[in-house]
Amino acid sequence: MNTAPRTGHAPGRRRRRATANALGLAFSALMAFPLYWMLLTAFRPATEIHADPPHLWPDHLTLEHFRRALSTPTFWANVRSSVLIGVGTVLVSLLIGTLAAFALARFSFAGRKALVLIILGVQMIPLAGLIIPVYLLLSDAGLTDSLPGVILTYLVFMLPFTVWLLRGFIAAVPVELEEAAMTDGCTRLGAFRRVVLPLLAPGLVATSIYALVQAWNEYVLAYVLLSSNDKQTLSIWLLSFQTSFGTDYGGLMAGATLTALPVAVFFALVQRRIGAGLTTGAVKG
Amino acid sequence: MGSVELPGPPRAARPPRPARAPRPRRTIRRRALPYLLIAPTVLALAAVLGYPLVDLVVLSFQDMTRRELFSGATPPWAGLAHYRSILSDGFFWTVVGRTALFTVACVAATMVLSLLVALLMRRVSPWVRTVMTGVLVAVWAMPVMVAASIFRWLSDADYGVVNWLLGLLPGLDFSKHNWFENPWQGFAVITGVVVWGAVPFAALTLQAALSQVPAELEEAALVDGARPGQLFRHVTWPVIKPSAVLVTSLCAIWDFGVFNQIWLMRGGQPEKDYYLLGVYSFIESFAVNRYSAGAAIAVLTVLMLLGGAVVYVRQLVHLGAAE
Repeated sequence: MNTAPRTGHAPGRRRRRATANALGLAFSALMAFPLYWMLLTAFRPATEIHADPPHLWPDHLTLEHFRRALSTPTFWANVRSSVLIGVGTVLVSLLIGTLAAFALARFSFAGRKALVLIILGVQMIPLAGLIIPVYLLLSDAGLTDSLPGVILTYLVFMLPFTVWLLRGFIAAVPVELEEAAMTDGCTRLGAFRRVVLPLLAPGLVATSIYALVQAWNEYVLAYVLLSSNDKQTLSIWLLSFQTSFGTDYGGLMAGATLTALPVAVFFALVQRRIGAGLTTGAVKG
Repeated sequence: MGSVELPGPPRAARPPRPARAPRPRRTIRRRALPYLLIAPTVLALAAVLGYPLVDLVVLSFQDMTRRELFSGATPPWAGLAHYRSILSDGFFWTVVGRTALFTVACVAATMVLSLLVALLMRRVSPWVRTVMTGVLVAVWAMPVMVAASIFRWLSDADYGVVNWLLGLLPGLDFSKHNWFENPWQGFAVITGVVVWGAVPFAALTLQAALSQVPAELEEAALVDGARPGQLFRHVTWPVIKPSAVLVTSLCAIWDFGVFNQIWLMRGGQPEKDYYLLGVYSFIESFAVNRYSAGAAIAVLTVLMLLGGAVVYVRQLVHLGAAE
């Protein structure tokens, strides 16, 4: 067998790496194609969108579809409610979730196991099944067609995973650091704030991305809970490009680009942290 | 605590709290602290999830119609009638089978593809790895709505680029081919969206897990003459297994409850051939206004998921306990 030595045999290794590179690029092209096609459709004039056979490269570019999408009457109102709901969900679930995660990571207390079971079990409840009772509950509380009602609902669906991920991150911070800080005169809270919190930053980032994407993505609950057009979120707004007369694919793809943009930018800024974060959460689980 | 002890009671089980606490006030506070910390989470879960869940079960034994929903009157009891009629309905079991098949197909495709991609990412040049990560992250960032819209457009009967690309292959004619006429083909497209959207999360998680496999261990195994298959089974797999189990379970849960992709790709009016459990329950409730029948379907779905998810919880509790 000639596969063994990692030293030497440079040509064989180089060839293998070239094959791997080619495979990697082919995979990337395949995965990226739908995104390319979205952008291309969003930026090309209607005549080219409906060209038969389709052109794989752009001939002319236009902003016409974006102009049409931006001038839909509820666009900015929908952006606003998407942002408020997303940010609200992330902030509240981080705040509450960190506390619970800290308790789970650092204390042993009666009922801890039960809490872990509940937190994991809750993720299995299909959201679509709970729409009716959640709707009834919020209507009793006078919270239908209100952003806080949606935030509250999202919060509960995000919390379990948030707590679980953060728990892994906190467990990865050595207890000795905290103890040292407390010996030096910090209170428990002070030790948490000065020692654990800074080390937890990557975990908080990874978790907030998860929650943000979920909130930005969600469609069914927002659709049922928000009835006013100007309170609805962007994912519902996207539907307005599909009418019974057919689908305005130029506008839809421009709208899709706009909807995806904020999350894509956020992801790009913090992408390095994500992978590491997920593993810490899983392995140190 | 030193290891040399007086000959006391030999190997007595160590008491959970050695030595009576000298300052009981502090102990009480310390004991209360974890409960204070978890209180907001527990309260929120109980209010917005626990209460509706109980309500869901109650609802499934009642007969809620539009009238009761809007007037706020208590619906009459129906006993087990909904469950009996659902469980004896062949269509329900068709939907269950379809949901299970769809979940297995999606999860298997996602995991195999992601594992291959994650392994590949370790072999490519750094710049290719950057490209791959970039693409994965970009795809990951796409909202479900956006993904469903894109795939609907790609598979459009008249101007879809997929039909044209397939038509380029010799002997195939896909012009004006409607992918959603045949549910098997329609579900192939839907599986495509789901897998496309799930691969980034799975591949990046697995890749991060792979980076924790000690390189020396792999090299030692190679020097000892381990073949790639053996290397993977005995060295690599044990390290990434917890992550793989976690990702598989999460994917299975998500795919079993798939709703958005089907709802959106069928333009909000899925045909009966496209019902999965989530869609079925929603339509019974909101389109047909049989809220209680919808609730009963939802309860049955939860029960099935719980049954299938025991493995997942066990694994995670196990991980949590091993700390």
